[in-house]
Amino acid sequence: MRQRVRFSKIGKVRFLSHRDVARVWERALRRSGVRVAYSEGFSPRPKLSFGLALSTGYESLGEYLDIDLADDLDPASLPPFVSPSLPQGIEAQVAIAIAPGTASLQQAVTSSSWRLEVIDVDRSRLAAEVDRALASAVLPLIVERKGSESPLDARPAILAMEVDGSVLHAELATHPRSLRPAELVRALDPSWTLGRVLRTHQWTTVDGARGEPIPLGDRHAHGATSASHAGARAS
Amino acid sequence: MSVVGGASGTLARTMVDVWARLEPHLASVQKPARYIGCELGAEVPPPSPERVGWLLVYPDTYEIGLPNQGLQILYEILNERPDALAERSYAPWTDLEEVLRREGIPLFSVDTHRSADEFDVIAFNLSAELVYTNVLNCIDLAGVPVQSADRGPGHPLIGAGGHATYNPEPLADFLDFVVLGDGEEVVGEINAAIAAWKAAGSADRVEVLRTLAGIDGVYVPCLYEARYLPDGRLEVTAPVDPAASAVVDKRTVADLADWPYPKQQLVPLTEVVHDRLNVEVFRGCTRGCRFCQAGMITRPVRERPAEQVALMVQQGLRRTGYDEVALTSLSTADFSGIEDVVTAAMDDSVGCGNVSVSLPSLRVDAFTVGVAAQIQKARRTGLTFAPEAGTWRMRQVINKLITEEDLYAAVDSAFSQGWRRVKLYFLTGLPTETDEDTLGIIELARRCVELAKAEGHNGTVTVSVGGFVPKAFTPFQWFGMNTEVELRRKVNLLRDAARHAKGVQIKWHDPRASLVEGLVSRGDRRLGPVIEHVWRAGGTFQEWSEHFRLDLWEEAMAAAGLDLDWYCHRHRTEDEVLPWDHLSAGLHKDFLWQDWRDALEELGLEDCRWTPCYDCGACTGYGIEHVVASAVPPAGGSQGTGQGLRRGGEVPVTLLARKPAGVGA
Repeated sequence: MRQRVRFSKIGKVRFLSHRDVARVWERALRRSGVRVAYSEGFSPRPKLSFGLALSTGYESLGEYLDIDLADDLDPASLPPFVSPSLPQGIEAQVAIAIAPGTASLQQAVTSSSWRLEVIDVDRSRLAAEVDRALASAVLPLIVERKGSESPLDARPAILAMEVDGSVLHAELATHPRSLRPAELVRALDPSWTLGRVLRTHQWTTVDGARGEPIPLGDRHAHGATSASHAGARAS
Repeated sequence: MSVVGGASGTLARTMVDVWARLEPHLASVQKPARYIGCELGAEVPPPSPERVGWLLVYPDTYEIGLPNQGLQILYEILNERPDALAERSYAPWTDLEEVLRREGIPLFSVDTHRSADEFDVIAFNLSAELVYTNVLNCIDLAGVPVQSADRGPGHPLIGAGGHATYNPEPLADFLDFVVLGDGEEVVGEINAAIAAWKAAGSADRVEVLRTLAGIDGVYVPCLYEARYLPDGRLEVTAPVDPAASAVVDKRTVADLADWPYPKQQLVPLTEVVHDRLNVEVFRGCTRGCRFCQAGMITRPVRERPAEQVALMVQQGLRRTGYDEVALTSLSTADFSGIEDVVTAAMDDSVGCGNVSVSLPSLRVDAFTVGVAAQIQKARRTGLTFAPEAGTWRMRQVINKLITEEDLYAAVDSAFSQGWRRVKLYFLTGLPTETDEDTLGIIELARRCVELAKAEGHNGTVTVSVGGFVPKAFTPFQWFGMNTEVELRRKVNLLRDAARHAKGVQIKWHDPRASLVEGLVSRGDRRLGPVIEHVWRAGGTFQEWSEHFRLDLWEEAMAAAGLDLDWYCHRHRTEDEVLPWDHLSAGLHKDFLWQDWRDALEELGLEDCRWTPCYDCGACTGYGIEHVVASAVPPAGGSQGTGQGLRRGGEVPVTLLARKPAGVGA
């Protein structure tokens, strides 16, 4: 059976790469005794698939992976089962069973909400630049993709922005063109330095309705809500 | 910030968590995960005045250093003691070093990110010579004077252990103490001595160094003086303090069963080399390969009981979540009952399914390939053998007694059982080597490719060639190594020959790096300023080809008025005093000299593990013997098939007593 797991990546472990996190999960599942299905063929690999990569150094309250389990398991028991085998900072929060044919995380997720610290910038300047960007029709930016530079209009990917002191909350699209937090800050002002970055949510749109791949229940909600709704709107 | 009281001064300083200062810079350096620690199994007690704090440093990158088993063993043994604590550190890569120096952040432990100078002891693992400039760099980054003589009461003691310490003289100016041999027992004795010194409230470094010098296996360089003859050769290295003994002997753990470590092998969160469970199946080797320092200095052979190996594999796989286990030793196929151990490890019910087993050092014969076939049911991609030399004559000189028949049988067996690639390791620049010997390497490889063709597929054979570097405490310690020019010529001979041999690929080690390794491995105390010069000129990470700078070494040698040629390429005579003569690996110097003469006479010797004894000194000197579980050599004889080797005087070995298997707590 296939299960989708929501997990966090907070603290020192944020310096793990996407590949590191995948390896950590593989080993944690083996340690916890949760049996994962393996691929066929010459060198069998455990069948895990991860959602959108989180850049090395960024934290997150909402990461996802899909696991093909070899045995049936109550989704509610997976997080408590595997969490003790995960390093401090990576916590399995909730799991659900997903039907075969469910859209992959890469396809389903259309945007992410971010909490960005902008370092050494006057608060009123930050608010002013954000207002200006939101009021603009286009926000030109040169981005680097696959080693080459290309021009991009950052504006369509900015779905929402609000400022809380020196913290910027932003919802950025992943489809059709994605915008990275560092690129957003560069588009606002190339001289600014991006500090800590936290992904608070990933969003899907199913039949026009916005939602999360797995919403956190009340039990888990405190971390996510406090981070995402902390600020007053700047515009 | 709290102040923790302590007697020695090091713990009396404020505890500064470096993390808060380091963290903002980690996003801008390569592979930041290597500085965060957080490994499974990394558990350290909180600092307290009663505990001697050790910072165990591997002076290369985290990826190379983390898996080091010696360091992990000491880390656990120390942290199990009520009077010790140990944390780990690794050489910061050049980008982070730049940050540390710019921001004034000290070297730190990856466990708790405490500053290196808050520890009582900073101890280095020295696995190779080219890391020596990194040792100085780490001491300096710790905020400690690099020269031992410049350190004061508040500074940590700087120690070192590991294979390269068998000639520690080039580092004599920088190290306060050096440990020879197995560390399991002696580390506790050193800790107890330092704890007592701390408790007594003494700040006198010489006092504690004198105490350490009284512990078997501990060498304190500053208590000795090296004197030289007018012709530049060494006259003697002699004690200048009554606390120092004339000869410092290595330590040897008699029974590996008493030390089932690491019990909690560290599992890193980021990629490292040898990223798998490692279980040491025996220590020591008596095959007697004359170029091999590891084989000489770790005698006698001490096998771990098979039941304990099985238990360590089983518990280790469950605890770590690894899907691969390596059975480590200098020649794992020689382990008595290797097949049973492998079968047990492969049992899917033991771990969590899909476990693969690797044997890092394969003996060259068909039996070994049979074991490998049992292990690698899937993923039969490449198999590695080390014939080391291209002709039987040359292999007799180096006592690597593999016949061509053994090699071809092994390779044929590999190709017929589905392997597609075979890698062969060789040395060039060996004593008495002729061009015929050198070219024999390609001839062997070419015939291996033919064997693949005979099996009906396009197998490839990769030949990896390293320049031979003579090491202390080997029969070749008297040999003047080949010049860089000569090594390069031989590599070129091989490359030309390989061009005409279809299916043979060749890789080679940089002869310039071999030259510097040769300089340092047999160097004396006069090389101290040379190493310091290279380090001050920015020559760190010398074992990384992109950072290696021969020009800095040449410049440093010239500045010190020393001659590379004299150190590297000169044959030593029997009467010459060697820089490590006041140290002992248990081997009689006259045994090594006789073995050197035998080498020049192309005389091979049997493996003494299973019967004859050549009185090398390793067993008799320590009152211990080879500990093996089988009284008979592996199929085909002690060194291979049908060789009719001469036999030495016979001394029976002790068979491994069957004790209850266990891995302790």
